Amino acid sequence: MSGFRLPAGGRIDRARVLPFDFDGRRYQGFAGDTLASALLANGVRLVGRSFKYHRPRGVLSLANHDVNAMVTDGISPNLRADGLPLCAGMRLLAVNTFGSLHSDRARVIDKLARFLPVGFYYKTFFRPKWTFPHWERLIRRISGLGQLNFQAARPVSAKRYDFADVLVIGAGPAGLAAAVCAGRAGARVILVDENAQAGGSLTYARPAGEAAATAAELLAALAAQANVEVRTATFAAGYYADHWVPLVDAGNITKVRAKAVVVATGVFEQPAVFRNNDLPGVMLASAAQRLIHRYAVQPMREAVVLTANEEGYAAALDLLDAGVRIQAVIDLTRTGEKCPAALEVAQRGVRILLEHCIVEAHAAGDGSGVKAVSVAPWNGSGMAAGARETIACDGVAMSVGFAPATALLHQAGAHMRYEELPGQFVPVQLPEGVFAAGRVNGVYDLADRMRDGERAAWLALAHIGLGTHVPAEAARARRAVSHPFPFVEHARGKNFIDFDEDLQLADFYNAAQEGFDNIELLKRYTTVGMGPSQGKHSNMNAVRILAHILKQPIDSVGTTTARPFFHPVPLGHLAGRGFHPVRRTALHARHQQLDAVFMEAGMWLRPEYYARSGKSKAELVREEAKAVRTGAGLIDVGTLGKIELSGADAGELLERVYTGRFRNMKPGTTRYGIMLDEAGVVIDDGVIGRLAEHKFYFTTTTTGSATVYRELQRLITMWGLRAGIVNLTGACAAINLAGPSARTILAQLADFDVGENAFPYLALREGTIAGMPARLMRVGFVGELGFEIHMPSEHAPALWDLLMRAGASHGIRPFGVEAQRLLRLEKGHIIIGQDTDGLTTPFEAALEWAVKMDKPFFVGQRSLQVLHKQPLRQKLAGFMLERDFNATPPKECHLVIRDGQIAGRVTSIGWSEALGRHFGLVFLAPDLAKEGMRFLIRVDGGAMVEAQVVSTPFYDPQGLRQKALDPAPAAMQAVSA
Amino acid sequence: MLRIACPWCGERDEAEFRYRGDASVQRPAADAGLDAFFASVFERDNPKGWHREWWQHAQGCRRFIKVVRHTVTHEIAAIGKPEDDPAVPE
Repeated sequence: MSGFRLPAGGRIDRARVLPFDFDGRRYQGFAGDTLASALLANGVRLVGRSFKYHRPRGVLSLANHDVNAMVTDGISPNLRADGLPLCAGMRLLAVNTFGSLHSDRARVIDKLARFLPVGFYYKTFFRPKWTFPHWERLIRRISGLGQLNFQAARPVSAKRYDFADVLVIGAGPAGLAAAVCAGRAGARVILVDENAQAGGSLTYARPAGEAAATAAELLAALAAQANVEVRTATFAAGYYADHWVPLVDAGNITKVRAKAVVVATGVFEQPAVFRNNDLPGVMLASAAQRLIHRYAVQPMREAVVLTANEEGYAAALDLLDAGVRIQAVIDLTRTGEKCPAALEVAQRGVRILLEHCIVEAHAAGDGSGVKAVSVAPWNGSGMAAGARETIACDGVAMSVGFAPATALLHQAGAHMRYEELPGQFVPVQLPEGVFAAGRVNGVYDLADRMRDGERAAWLALAHIGLGTHVPAEAARARRAVSHPFPFVEHARGKNFIDFDEDLQLADFYNAAQEGFDNIELLKRYTTVGMGPSQGKHSNMNAVRILAHILKQPIDSVGTTTARPFFHPVPLGHLAGRGFHPVRRTALHARHQQLDAVFMEAGMWLRPEYYARSGKSKAELVREEAKAVRTGAGLIDVGTLGKIELSGADAGELLERVYTGRFRNMKPGTTRYGIMLDEAGVVIDDGVIGRLAEHKFYFTTTTTGSATVYRELQRLITMWGLRAGIVNLTGACAAINLAGPSARTILAQLADFDVGENAFPYLALREGTIAGMPARLMRVGFVGELGFEIHMPSEHAPALWDLLMRAGASHGIRPFGVEAQRLLRLEKGHIIIGQDTDGLTTPFEAALEWAVKMDKPFFVGQRSLQVLHKQPLRQKLAGFMLERDFNATPPKECHLVIRDGQIAGRVTSIGWSEALGRHFGLVFLAPDLAKEGMRFLIRVDGGAMVEAQVVSTPFYDPQGLRQKALDPAPAAMQAVSA
Repeated sequence: MLRIACPWCGERDEAEFRYRGDASVQRPAADAGLDAFFASVFERDNPKGWHREWWQHAQGCRRFIKVVRHTVTHEIAAIGKPEDDPAVPE
């Protein structure tokens, strides 16, 4: 392979050649390459276009967060070329280009850049207002990142959980030493690193051979410990309370609960700022070293090295060793006078310009990148007088400083302080169980970093009770590692601070001038640090600039908040498996055999109706309802909440939580009850049956069962009552057998007397049916003679079959939720949650009859006393449409309109065979809710439909049918479940 | 994500628990004024600092517990059974 690949070295497998496509051209790389290294090995310097101005961009940092080189494989929209392992046959495109990467049609925007300062669209595109959506669409199309592919298959990734005594984040020298130390003490250790290989700076720093040997030694020590797990190509996405850290790899999220966390996340090298510092070929010194030592790629042929620290001189030596000609080393400081690496550089004949800066980089005519730089004398914070010089080169390596990777420490609640030496924020106060080590802690020399890792490990071990050793304090660097102000102003700008968002030095001065001179305001106005790398290569410089503008120490400027996630997490990882549990009743298989069409009711699947070929849903629902009215019907009501309550205070509990009276109930009877919250809002209803003096069995609504059960548990605890409750919702099945023939059918099977005298309306009986134990309640929810049969779930299918067989000659038919809704609506029975909402009181729902205000206490009573004195807001009433109405009927939630104002809302509507017209329930303004009043409902499309208020029940107002034709006093109201 | 020590089950993840409201709210006496009742039903403090809370071990023993939690740091100072009165730090 030709180009820029070095003849030997690197952590690549030269035996495995991998062909791949980038931007429509074919290249070759080696196993072990990333896309970025393979492209540079092929001499491809232009790898992407910038976010806003579509400027040509090359590799900047090569540290997994380089946003200059973002690509897409057509499915994942924003892959980082520097973190993307090369695979054979990859086909990748640069994101955010129009046409191709080389001839991006949007590159013209770069020429217009001076008309597009920060905040330009806030100020420009809002007048006239109607044009804004147009501009917004255009801006969104031009500026931006990869596009989503909505045709791509949904990735399914399981979430995993793990535990560790000590979680070490970062496998550089400090992290490795910490893991070895903690592992030797017997702790269960997880060591995680975002790079494909562990070792951190040991995989690229000088002296490379020695560093690699050190890394190998530490990794061998770890491999010997079964209690240490090393996870590479995995990043810690955030820190959450009590040491809860999600680890993200290519396939999954693993949520790790650690007892202690060692943060050894290292530093991000920061760019110097000068005109055209974003040209392809201008890169961080550590990126050049990564290219050489990890991938055996010569980063450039003829280099200029810009430095302000010893690290820059070490990088220069690496470049020389890799055969790069160094035209000059430009030193912002006088570091080159005294450090040993600088002396070696000078000895090897390289020209060193102390106290000089790069003023500007010049682009090659073919757009491939840098071809020369202009340099000038520098006085520490600005250009000094003196001769300028232009130096030809095809690459610039920058080493002017580092920013600690403190995101996780900030999230954990660490307090940081800026130290002039080494020139970075260091932690001064860490939360319990969190420890920092290595360069993130301001420790720079290799031996010190490893000792610092051990120090952190000992502290972590002491925290979890596995050690008592008290280590020495950290040895923080006392030399200038990071330059306080590596910014060179230029009249024509294009000196970039934030490569993600194309922000230039002048943008910061302008923002401060306009009053956004607080770091959080500056961030929001300029959007610095809000791009995909979240400021990993720009936030520190933004802080330095603001401190310079305000003439304040960096410490008082502070930093912005580093929120999770540290690095973008695929949405598919977060979504997980898309778990959507459903509950099936004990009779589900029977319903399937009967071609039931299922609907969701809470978590349950219930038959909506039973399909028969050639018939519409409306027809079938009508037929099912008719069967109940004329013969017999069977409905699975196993989804009702079913609760058994016992204890000396069982009656007292019911007395307090339901609005009715239960103390005087006789065993063997049932009563309807409604439950309120403290504000007097109806939250649930059900049928309460008394089995014995201290034992009750009652039902709740399907959707309310979990809430009611929980609330009862809470109240029993709160009030200290001698009562226990058991939730039998899943353990018991329930079938409602209803219709004029219900008794005849049941009598064939029951082992006890179900006659009217032995088992009257509202009675509760326990007995066996065909030998199977059951509890039966005489209910009238659908308005016919009805038995609600509760039994252990395992007996339900057998009983269902017996009932179907016994009822065959009576025209028995299973009916679904739709028919039941229609039948109960004919009786004017409300459904909590459909005919009530989160504010409905019993007064509004016409349920006063179920509320015994003269009881000493029930939940919600006090609020009802207050509400009772206030005018009613709305009232639930029955309504009917005209008999000859034949247009599209209103739907639930359609509004009642009076004089252009909302005066109510339809809550239930249906078509009644018995009435021969549409009818339903409606919330109305109280003055409208009087029998005979007429009102208008606005339906879809805006038409108004007239309706009239009528009294309920609509059907069998005396309730004779559910009471089995028993002559009853007219005053007795229909009561049901 | 917190770790909460259920008095019955031991230390468990927050995911097993559900927050069930402010435990400092006391129901006023039956003869207390309307204002006191209104406050107990509708008014809640949103303190920056220590907060007494009801939690339920919803996916464990299903019991209710009292937790004294710091609303800024999530630190848990004390956990008690319903009848306990766990101390709130100064």
